[in-house]
Amino acid sequence: MQDAVVSPEKTEEAKLKARYPHLGTKPGGSDLLRKRLQKGQKYFDSGDYNMAKAKMKNKQLPTAAAEKTEITGDHIPTPQDLPQRKQSLVASKLAV
Amino acid sequence: MAGAGGGGNDVQWCFSQVKGAIDDDVAEADIISTVEFNHSGELLATGDKGGRVVIFQQEIENKSQQQCRSEYNVYSTFQSHEPEFDYLKSLEIEEKINKIRWLPQKNAAQFLLSTNDKTIKLWKISERDKRPEGYNLKEEDGRYRDAATITTLQVPVFRPMDLMVEASPRRVFANGHTYHINSISVNSDNETYLSADDLRINMWHLEITDRSFNIVDIKPANMEELTEVITAAEFHPHQCNTFVYSSSKGTIRLCDMRASALCDKHSKLFEEPEDPSNRSFFSEIISSISDVKFSHNGRYMMTRDYLSVKIWDLNMENRPVETYQVHEYLRSKLCSLYENDCIFDKFECCWNGNDSVVMTGSYNNFFRMLDRSQRRDVTLEASRESCKPRQVLKPRRVCAGGKRKKDEISVDSLDFNKKILHTAWHPQENIIAVATTNNLYIFQEKVN
Repeated sequence: MQDAVVSPEKTEEAKLKARYPHLGTKPGGSDLLRKRLQKGQKYFDSGDYNMAKAKMKNKQLPTAAAEKTEITGDHIPTPQDLPQRKQSLVASKLAV
Repeated sequence: MAGAGGGGNDVQWCFSQVKGAIDDDVAEADIISTVEFNHSGELLATGDKGGRVVIFQQEIENKSQQQCRSEYNVYSTFQSHEPEFDYLKSLEIEEKINKIRWLPQKNAAQFLLSTNDKTIKLWKISERDKRPEGYNLKEEDGRYRDAATITTLQVPVFRPMDLMVEASPRRVFANGHTYHINSISVNSDNETYLSADDLRINMWHLEITDRSFNIVDIKPANMEELTEVITAAEFHPHQCNTFVYSSSKGTIRLCDMRASALCDKHSKLFEEPEDPSNRSFFSEIISSISDVKFSHNGRYMMTRDYLSVKIWDLNMENRPVETYQVHEYLRSKLCSLYENDCIFDKFECCWNGNDSVVMTGSYNNFFRMLDRSQRRDVTLEASRESCKPRQVLKPRRVCAGGKRKKDEISVDSLDFNKKILHTAWHPQENIIAVATTNNLYIFQEKVN
């Protein structure tokens, strides 16, 4: 007689597939791995940036979208748009 | 139990110290990313997301007593790595310190390796407690004297001064990795070390920064064929020719560098066979090994995957000799843990000094002590509520389902933002360092 107990993992998998029906249609492993390898990718076009810097004095540029994290070729980045990588000048709070 | 490094459940753990800010608003930079004791246990280093290293030094209250209280106080702090932008690849390089590894002490100075995603640095930490005084040509504050006013000659002497601890970068090992560095490990030969990224492992000489040997390369010719990545790597504690690396598919490969220059072919492959009928979408993700650590005696290694800790005998490849469930109650929550990305959290694990107990973190600021010799385990919590001096930690229990007993916490009440990913155990004594998001807790064995 077959044991009809479904493992908790399979139940969870069914839940996930119900919410995201297209999940796992592509080889899931490669997608996840490729996302992991591409961590830190930020797109920046120096040509656009320098053009924008030069033109800024004269006229208004198309304003950047509210989303400031992904800068792609779709809009011209301004110096304010670029994510600021501030260097840590503050001492660690562990060292108090 | 005496402070021989043993003890799981006959040891009572009590609060010793907590470092860091109390406020709940945690700045990104303050997130602790690595914790490591040095070889004597006298120094404890932490690295954070802001690229800073803080080193604490053990100060023993009463040296004459055998079992005594000790305290870790700030010894040195410095900015190890800065954020960078690789314009060529449009890649932002985080300053987060991924790992710190101490070199064994050879002279008065201390050395450690710290690494972010791309660059490894060798830092020298030295003490200065004397300074020369009585120069002829300079005033005490450094200004030069007018030579015409000097009529006598004196010999400068060294006078004691307040202890100053200086950290200086002695070597920068850059441009060795295309992918993100996840591990560094100092070899027992004290001359070389390895660094591992997602697809490659390099071996460096501590003195040479412009060259490194590639010893493992699992990058496929066609990236579409990529199926697994390297997740951790470590040199054997005694055999300088042996190292292991773990993968995202739950396998560990042991390599012998005497066999060939490029160790793509493993000497041993450790893998636990899986029941194919149990396979689910989550199987591979939760089998990914987040940490691998050799035992101090070099006979075993421990691996941490999402739900368990496994102890492997190096002489047996087909299955682990021991398996411990860290938080099995999460198996029925995998769907939500996948959605909130928690399923990708990388927990570390560590051995105690005599390899009898292992420790690893969990959620809700819980951590687990797994006693191998007594086959018992306990769940403890790092919390500001148990912070009275020498307060004994009470075991915690999670209720997986059904009726919740008093003092138990239900799975749905667990705070998944409070994760303990990094823990460290003093190499000789029962002193442990447990990092919550932005605080460092130090617990000690109860001393009667």
